[in-house]
Amino acid sequence: MKLSAMDVEYAAGLARLEITDQEKEIFARQLNEVLLYIGSLNELDTQGVVPAAHPGGLTNVFREDEVRESLNTQEALTNAPDTRGDFFRVPKIID
Amino acid sequence: MDFETVIGLEVHAQLLTCTKIFCGCSTAFGRPPNSLTCPVCLALPGALPVLNRKAVEFAMKMALATGCRINEQNVFARKNYFYPDLPKGYQISQDTLPLAEGGHILIEVQDGNTKIGIERIHMEEDAGKLIHDEANRASYVDLNRAGVPLIEIVSKPDLRSPAAAVHYLKSLHEILVYLEICDGNMEEGSFRCDANVSLRPRGQSTLGRRTELKNLNSFRHVQRALEYEVTRQRRLLEKGLEVEQETRLWDEAQGMTMSMRSKGEARDYRYFPEPDLVPVVIDEAWVAKVRADLPELPQARRERFVSAYGIPAYDAGVLTSDRRLADYYEDVVRLCDRPKIAANWVMGDVMRLLNEDRRGAHDCPVMPESLAEMILLIEEGVVSGKMAKEIIEQMYRTGRPPAQIIAEKGMVQITDEGELDATIAAVLEANPRQLAEYRGGRDKLFGYFVGQVMKLTGGKANPKLVNDLLKKALHHD
Amino acid sequence: MELHSLTIHELQDMIRAGGTTATRITEAVFQRIGAVEPKVHAYIRLMKEEALAQAALADEDIKRGDIKPLTGIGVALKDLLCTRGVPTTCGSRMLQNYISPYDATVVEKLAAAGAIFIGKTNTDEFAMGSSTETSCFGPTRNPWDTDRIPGGSSGGSAAAVAADECIAAVGSDTGGSIRQPASLCGVIGFKPTYGLVSRFGLVAFASSLDQIGPLTKDVEDAAIMMNVLAGYDPRDATCVATQIPDYRKFLGRDISGWLVGIPKEYFAEGTDREVLDAVEKAVQSVEKCGARITEISLPHTKYCVAVYCIIAPAEASSNLARMDGIRYGLRAKEARDLAEVYTKSRTDGFGAEVKRRIIIGAYSLSAGYRDAYYGKASQVRTLISRDFDEAFRECDIILTPTTPTPAFKIGEKVENPLQMYLSDMFTISANLSGIPAISIPCGYTHAGLPVGVQFLAGRFEEARLLQFAAAFEKSAAVEKRRPVV
Ligand SMILES: [Mg+2]
Ligand SMILES: [Zn+2]
Repeated sequence: MKLSAMDVEYAAGLARLEITDQEKEIFARQLNEVLLYIGSLNELDTQGVVPAAHPGGLTNVFREDEVRESLNTQEALTNAPDTRGDFFRVPKIID
Repeated sequence: MDFETVIGLEVHAQLLTCTKIFCGCSTAFGRPPNSLTCPVCLALPGALPVLNRKAVEFAMKMALATGCRINEQNVFARKNYFYPDLPKGYQISQDTLPLAEGGHILIEVQDGNTKIGIERIHMEEDAGKLIHDEANRASYVDLNRAGVPLIEIVSKPDLRSPAAAVHYLKSLHEILVYLEICDGNMEEGSFRCDANVSLRPRGQSTLGRRTELKNLNSFRHVQRALEYEVTRQRRLLEKGLEVEQETRLWDEAQGMTMSMRSKGEARDYRYFPEPDLVPVVIDEAWVAKVRADLPELPQARRERFVSAYGIPAYDAGVLTSDRRLADYYEDVVRLCDRPKIAANWVMGDVMRLLNEDRRGAHDCPVMPESLAEMILLIEEGVVSGKMAKEIIEQMYRTGRPPAQIIAEKGMVQITDEGELDATIAAVLEANPRQLAEYRGGRDKLFGYFVGQVMKLTGGKANPKLVNDLLKKALHHD
Repeated sequence: MELHSLTIHELQDMIRAGGTTATRITEAVFQRIGAVEPKVHAYIRLMKEEALAQAALADEDIKRGDIKPLTGIGVALKDLLCTRGVPTTCGSRMLQNYISPYDATVVEKLAAAGAIFIGKTNTDEFAMGSSTETSCFGPTRNPWDTDRIPGGSSGGSAAAVAADECIAAVGSDTGGSIRQPASLCGVIGFKPTYGLVSRFGLVAFASSLDQIGPLTKDVEDAAIMMNVLAGYDPRDATCVATQIPDYRKFLGRDISGWLVGIPKEYFAEGTDREVLDAVEKAVQSVEKCGARITEISLPHTKYCVAVYCIIAPAEASSNLARMDGIRYGLRAKEARDLAEVYTKSRTDGFGAEVKRRIIIGAYSLSAGYRDAYYGKASQVRTLISRDFDEAFRECDIILTPTTPTPAFKIGEKVENPLQMYLSDMFTISANLSGIPAISIPCGYTHAGLPVGVQFLAGRFEEARLLQFAAAFEKSAAVEKRRPVV
């Protein structure tokens, strides 16, 4: 599989990143090197192998339904670049 | 051409846990914005989710109540997309290994019961709330709701009409509320519905192009939006035009659905297993434990009320519409063993009084013991039906048992034959003309004499006894 | 010896004997920082005032005889760990001004154990790198040769320990980010079993691979630090509830008769000759301790980097989605609508390497590619873990080089991502399989650059791993040199 500048643009779009045409070329070249390398995995027959999402086999870790103290609104908003009253603020969505 | 309507519903129900699904913040509704948040539900750097056990058990209840198969291996997955109400940039949901699959519920349609398939039920977290300020071209973000546990119930495309869809929705709603795992409040958004609608020529098995409807905030909206959409699609198809696959919003004010196109990008959620959570393994023992905790479901209970208590289906429907009301009714029946009379009282005066106060059956001041006792007192002739109506008001207001109220108010029925004979004699003596007419053949005057006796006794005379004694007195001489 | 160059246990002995105070140690460390930090740049932020205040309190404790395991000890924290009150930047413009309202669990634990925080150390941006060059605050330099990189991403922590700018440090390891810089800076780097140390408050790079661990001057210090860091945390669902032994008790115990596996795949072509020579000597030291050596095979070794190159960016692309300029972090001033808030803030906030990894991560999870990339890699990950399960059925310890080369020059690989990723080729397998691993100095190149050897053990076998490392350390008696900065 080879990654085109368009693929880079699509993936960047999914990740909400803007990249210049020049970056597109560079990234495509660099990422293709990586993908070529990754291609070696296809040598392996993995049919029936259970994928590992985690190392170790922990299961069923829960917390009980007990209320813990929340942050106060001030603390919640303190790092926000734009707020209004008790809210985070964002510009209106434009389609 | 004859078209068949195909509808599938996706229902999101908020679970009634005290805390959010992955953190200890309270799920209380209506608190000041961003006051129920913490590093986890604000998605601050470094914060990690830990699963609320009760959320899983609540979800399991719904899965069992709808006949789903619970998967032993449960895996949470990240659904990646950007939106200001989604602080992590992904929703923790379930993808290929959801909680449960392959269930169904029965709904009643004109020609009997229909089975509506349930594709899957999975657990996920709710998003925050956005408030749009058109004037300032800004939106405000409140994350109190972010992380409230949800189950998503996905039906199979088995619904064939808007009415059936609403029926199905009401059934789900009833079950969720019965299980006490969701408050079912559609206005506050604790029970929400999206619909997929398509039409196809009758007889065709493949599905037509569908639209997804959002913003259906009440049963009425669901019905109206679906009807509108079905008509809209039929008109397009009849003109030989195509239905565009898109998301449409229901606009209640204008009474129409409107296209809500999100720019360009197709949905590419990049699901993958949530590495911050470990799999949930649900073994048979756990399923059995939750199953043992399930209450009898409304449909089964309705049927049992009809068969075991011999009450009409209508009564059974009313009494089982609320789990606590049904419990109340059953308590009363257990104590007096008069199912139909009890049903009348519960559906009549008790429900009227509760409704006036917007109170639930679980905190009805008239204890089931008291109502049962009163029903028996009526039967024994100690109180009349008319007196009972007054007594129940008193019981409701004071919470006291009937005997106490009867004693205090001197409301005991007159059943003393001597006393009643004397009253009857006095009535006959005072109405010689009517007596003569009666004896002359005007049978209808019997009621007049009864009325006079009741008037003289202040309504306390036992009506049956008055009847008997009066007949004797009239035919005596 | 000056105080700043001593180990935790040496300083604790002195404190107990009344030979020094927390304040004196802390002052010595800051004096050293004053002298070498301009050349090394190990720190993003120094916490001198807070540290001296903490030291004064520690001295009161000492007077009362209340001496905890890290009382008076100056510890440096990788700036990927959340700290209340001082910025947590992750080496990124995105979080340049971010102040966490909470402390990471390990920060709480260290504080409770008496540690004095010296500062937040430099890191590759969001830990994405093996050279500490991608930090928005500029690179850290290797104290042994300031034209060279210290390794990464915990390069700041490794350099700080090597240059005596702290007594011990904490780092995080996703594909070798503790062990590789430890090796290149001539210090000890320890990556615990996945799930032994809480990740709560560690800004996530790749959640299924990240582990926090110590960087120290000797094995005993690593054991002391692990005693503090390890243990169950209800705030991290992947953290295991297990009994934590006193790791220090295992040090000094005999390892004769232990079977040490040498995986042949780790000695294939491509590794620097001088590194191989030093590691060969390490093997001899191990034998001197009475351990037996056996060649083993970990057949899926050559796929480790490829698997890592898929899994780590995939998780990272999702983990970094929360950096959206809404609740915290950089918000591009020129953003006029919501779409621009996202794209412009993220585009300005992230550096090139982070963007590269986010893009490849998003790509490998995207519709049509997920099974071929992420799915396949997750399956191969299983095979890699099985290799280790097999091997540890036989051996007690596996021995490998830590890195294929000594420290390389600043700028040498930063434009060549694949070469950079390959510098972690020996360390990644421990993260993929979740096993514990340690890097420990085993010699020097002719140019005087340190070389490290890596020991790996089975899951939750840290006690035996430390026991083995301590025996090796003693037997090898690698010449103790100090970098001249
Ligand atoms: Mg959903
Ligand atoms: Zn929270």
